[in-house]
Amino acid sequence: MSTLIACTRAELLRLRRWPAVWVTVGAWLALSLMFGYLFNLLAYTSGDTSFANEGSTRTALLAEMMPANVPHVFVQGMPMFGGALLMVLGAIVAGNGYGWGTWKTIYTQGPSRTAVTGGSITALTMFVVGILVVSFAFDLACALAIAAAESQPLVWPSLSAVLEAFGAGFLVLEMWTLAGYLLGTLARGPALSVGLGLVWALVVENLLRGVGTLLGPVEAATAVLPGTAAGSLIGALVGVDQGGDSTPGVLDAISGTQAGWTVLAYVVVLPALALWLVRRRDVA
Amino acid sequence: MHGRAVGGSLGDMNENVVQTHALTKRYGARLAVDRVDLTVRRGEVYGFLGPNGAGKTTTLRMLLGLVRATSGTAHVLGRTAGSPGVTAKVGALIEGPGFYPYLSGRDNLRVMARYRQLPETEVDAALERVDLSDRGDDRFRSYSLGMKQRLGVASALLGAPELVVLDEPTNGLDPAGMADMRSLIVALARGGQTVLLSSHLLDEVEEICDRVGVISRGRLLREAPVQELRGDSRLSVLGSPLDITLAVAMRLGGEDGVRLDGDRVELDLPNAATPALVRALVSAGVDVQEVRRTERSLEDVFFEMTEPRSGAHRQLEETS
Repeated sequence: MSTLIACTRAELLRLRRWPAVWVTVGAWLALSLMFGYLFNLLAYTSGDTSFANEGSTRTALLAEMMPANVPHVFVQGMPMFGGALLMVLGAIVAGNGYGWGTWKTIYTQGPSRTAVTGGSITALTMFVVGILVVSFAFDLACALAIAAAESQPLVWPSLSAVLEAFGAGFLVLEMWTLAGYLLGTLARGPALSVGLGLVWALVVENLLRGVGTLLGPVEAATAVLPGTAAGSLIGALVGVDQGGDSTPGVLDAISGTQAGWTVLAYVVVLPALALWLVRRRDVA
Repeated sequence: MHGRAVGGSLGDMNENVVQTHALTKRYGARLAVDRVDLTVRRGEVYGFLGPNGAGKTTTLRMLLGLVRATSGTAHVLGRTAGSPGVTAKVGALIEGPGFYPYLSGRDNLRVMARYRQLPETEVDAALERVDLSDRGDDRFRSYSLGMKQRLGVASALLGAPELVVLDEPTNGLDPAGMADMRSLIVALARGGQTVLLSSHLLDEVEEICDRVGVISRGRLLREAPVQELRGDSRLSVLGSPLDITLAVAMRLGGEDGVRLDGDRVELDLPNAATPALVRALVSAGVDVQEVRRTERSLEDVFFEMTEPRSGAHRQLEETS
């Protein structure tokens, strides 16, 4: 256990000094605030509701930006933008170590490869939790500021809604982070893994779901894809507009329970695969 | 022993820190390392010599657990090579330093110290040892090749490991840096640490190593102390007439110990016998023009062993 803690501390030290990590985290926060609050606020203040869902009124727009709705705003960007960015993070954390030769250096320091990989994944998980906390705090601060500016009564979100959002958000971001980590390990570099991961998450899964609506067997297969599961998990929390105006990536393809179990399975299987690969592979 | 005296640990010299048996690594059809039996004794500086692509780095990688052997065994510090308990006691710089470019040299060592569960105070001492203290806070990516190499050595020295494995540690160093590195390696051995040094710089190996292993095309051709590898020095005599010079030399040196090299007669004869040889030559009416001792350098031996299809190569293979 002390070895795992030592490896985690070492990985945390290098991650928190890495500008690329903060650029990725900053990009997520910026996108989250932009799509969660800034555009809605612009639509609300300008009176132009074309940005919002069809049929939305200014009152509905304002309600979406209130503190009580923070858990929904907080998670709705995670299946697509959040997941993609965190996948990039996982891929560069695992992949760059091969290009720089740092894994080679670390594997000769004493800890087993299991401990090193465990420490690396634990450190990444701590970053995911940190991102969730900071993201929620930013969203809440925005909502409170808007509520105060619009003289709205302060209604807090329920604790259960906050916990559900944190749980679902953690599962989704962790899954994509670990998917990136596995890709980075497989490709032994960041470029290919980031490229493949983004194409898969942003393009291929959408195409497969499109084909799935026409072909039954393909539809059954798409139900277990990571993007489908992540989108459906968040969709079960925030609801999906049947008119097709939902946030990109938020789906209702499978039930929330099935989606939760599927995402959890990925969270277990992806690091296990990465560890298996790391343990059996020669390091040049 | 050629280059230095080993201090402190002569009693432990026979303990093998590294021992391999028929160690083999195959990449598909290519045999990178072929049944290598390598032995490194405690407290010595072992030079691992070989041309590029001979299998040196692959062998070292197997000793550190970075690469799995196809067959054969490797033990380091009495345990299976690459097991966590072993690598914690080994410091290594393998095929160039691998560090985070965005971190300073000091922070890179702090990361490695955390992996080794060492106090971070060790970092400053390691930087001091390789003369990088004043540039320790600069980013690794801004370092020159020589500075990167020195940081790699500093990392290998963290925690005073029992065995230090250095793969071409003087790569990129200027002459002064190379001299410092040699002094550092000698100092490590004097402090009781064992050093396994891979190098293609023959004079460097000749100067600081106690024993040498020569590898070529994946096979360990010979493993011996430097002096033994070079063989005894020979007497070279230039005199006329040649036939009488040769006859006198054969009378004193024996038929097997004499050979002709152009118009020179070379013979194996100890130093103490040189005056007797000169007297005998003069008595026999030989005009002695030159008598001198010739020594084979490690470079001579190396090329004899590693040049493909040479007679010397075959001979050494047969005798090793």
